[in-house]
Amino acid sequence: MTDAVMIPRRAGHALRWTGAALVAASLILAVVGPLAVPGDPLAQSLTKALSGPEPAAPLGYDHLGRSIFHRLAAALRLSPAIAIAAVLTAGLAGLVLGTWAAARGGWTDRILTMLADALLALPGLLLVLMVLAIVPGTAPGFWAGLSLVLWVEFFRLTRAATRAVLASPAVQATRLLGFGPVYVFRTHIWPEIAPMMLTAAAFGTATAIMAIAALGFVHVGMRAPTPELGLMMVELLPYWREAPLALLSPVMATFALLLGLTLLAGSRDT
Amino acid sequence: MNTLVTRGIQALMVAVLIGAATFAMMRALPGDAAYRIAAGRYGYDNVDTAAADAVRDELGLDGPALPALLHWLGDLLRLDFGNSLVSGQPVIAEIGHQLGASLSLAAVAVVLSLIMGPPLGILAGLRPGGLLDRGLLVVSTGLKAVPQFLMALILILILSVQFRLLPAAGYGAARHFILPALALALGLAAVNARIARDAMARIGAMPFYSFAQWKGLSRRQALLHHGLRNVSVPLLTYLGLQFVTLVEGVVVVEAIFGWPGIGHALVHAIFSRDVPMVQGTALCLGLGFVLINTAIDLLTARIDPRRAA
Repeated sequence: MTDAVMIPRRAGHALRWTGAALVAASLILAVVGPLAVPGDPLAQSLTKALSGPEPAAPLGYDHLGRSIFHRLAAALRLSPAIAIAAVLTAGLAGLVLGTWAAARGGWTDRILTMLADALLALPGLLLVLMVLAIVPGTAPGFWAGLSLVLWVEFFRLTRAATRAVLASPAVQATRLLGFGPVYVFRTHIWPEIAPMMLTAAAFGTATAIMAIAALGFVHVGMRAPTPELGLMMVELLPYWREAPLALLSPVMATFALLLGLTLLAGSRDT
Repeated sequence: MNTLVTRGIQALMVAVLIGAATFAMMRALPGDAAYRIAAGRYGYDNVDTAAADAVRDELGLDGPALPALLHWLGDLLRLDFGNSLVSGQPVIAEIGHQLGASLSLAAVAVVLSLIMGPPLGILAGLRPGGLLDRGLLVVSTGLKAVPQFLMALILILILSVQFRLLPAAGYGAARHFILPALALALGLAAVNARIARDAMARIGAMPFYSFAQWKGLSRRQALLHHGLRNVSVPLLTYLGLQFVTLVEGVVVVEAIFGWPGIGHALVHAIFSRDVPMVQGTALCLGLGFVLINTAIDLLTARIDPRRAA
């Protein structure tokens, strides 16, 4: 594509930096927030239910008199932690299986591709829901389910790129010089796929956080009283008129985090 | 022909995967599945050992795993989905009941998204870098970052709680369609618009398109005769991929708006561990995806014959 068609590079950089700033801001809130204003996300004081902000609780209290600020900080640690764990697992699995399929070809390749295609046809949320019902514990269930959903993307990217690289004259030359597969991977394949992997990782993290929040919101994800973004929203929804700030906090935080991750990933169509 | 074979294999793999997963789910249920199922059927106050034993005998919940798995998959391949553990009705009948509601919601959402997204995207793509193009980029990036459940929440808060314009839940009248369909459509439209915009900008910059204008066609004629058909190919392909997003959205959005569709049924089935219903609904959603994509493969081959060769 010509330059006129694409977004100008400078604008693209600015968008990426905005994204990085948004993600950093929510992570700082999650980690530094509770250090600056100490408090317990689970401690109730029913006399303060739904009351407004005060120094000990900068975002006010929810319907059970728990500090929204501290619940939000805990939620902003929980979802990204699960998401990043799932993305790391999925990325590693996708990378290994993708290179393996591309290098071996034949039936290995065919079976893995068939499996990936079949998983691709299943909506991710559905797969996560089923794994949640199989694996004991909600957080490990989310980790396992999301890893199972996310590895396909990494696998497809790695496989496609690796096949192209392996067929190139450069790799042929390297092989003729007697270098082994590890060297080929390090010098030829990894530099080619690393940028794609980072984009896919940012998208995967956003998908994972979205899935955790969505399932929490319809009561099939994390269980109360765990502070989780979707669960907080659905708990605070009935009190919208009394305490709009209480509901807006998790909504805005989720939006900022997801927007940040999408921008960080850069422009890619899906 | 090749597409059909590949898609057929994909469909088969989907069925086996879902069958195996639901079987694992059945086996992994914490506690005694018989008690849970009895509780689902008769209510939590009416469960006793006799009821649980009756359920266990009826459903054959004991026995070794491997033969049971093969038996399970065999039933699946003979299209025997069994009865819902909760209602006792055949799963097929229940799904047939819900599928209509889901399909109509999904269809309205897709049509809405096609009305909103591609026209804006094409207009923006005709002038890359223009005001509309930049505005659309901001809006669609923002919309893409809003998950469907959040969109549903925002729409409910604004349109039904604050301004009391539309019902927040319900089913039957046309106005009940608006909120859930809009919640699904906005996210789809954001992506549609980007795809249409990129395709239009790419095609508008091609020599054949400039030639169409040089030879004296008006902008309108060039767009209608040379632009739209080419834009529609990537748009259709992405529509097929978007179906996954749509199905996910249907699961969540139906649960939020109390829409009596297949997604709502799936969430409820997961909730009460009604495994045959989970299997039936999941299978329906997965195979639906394969079916839609097969149709789209064939359609794109018609529109763009170069690909069929």
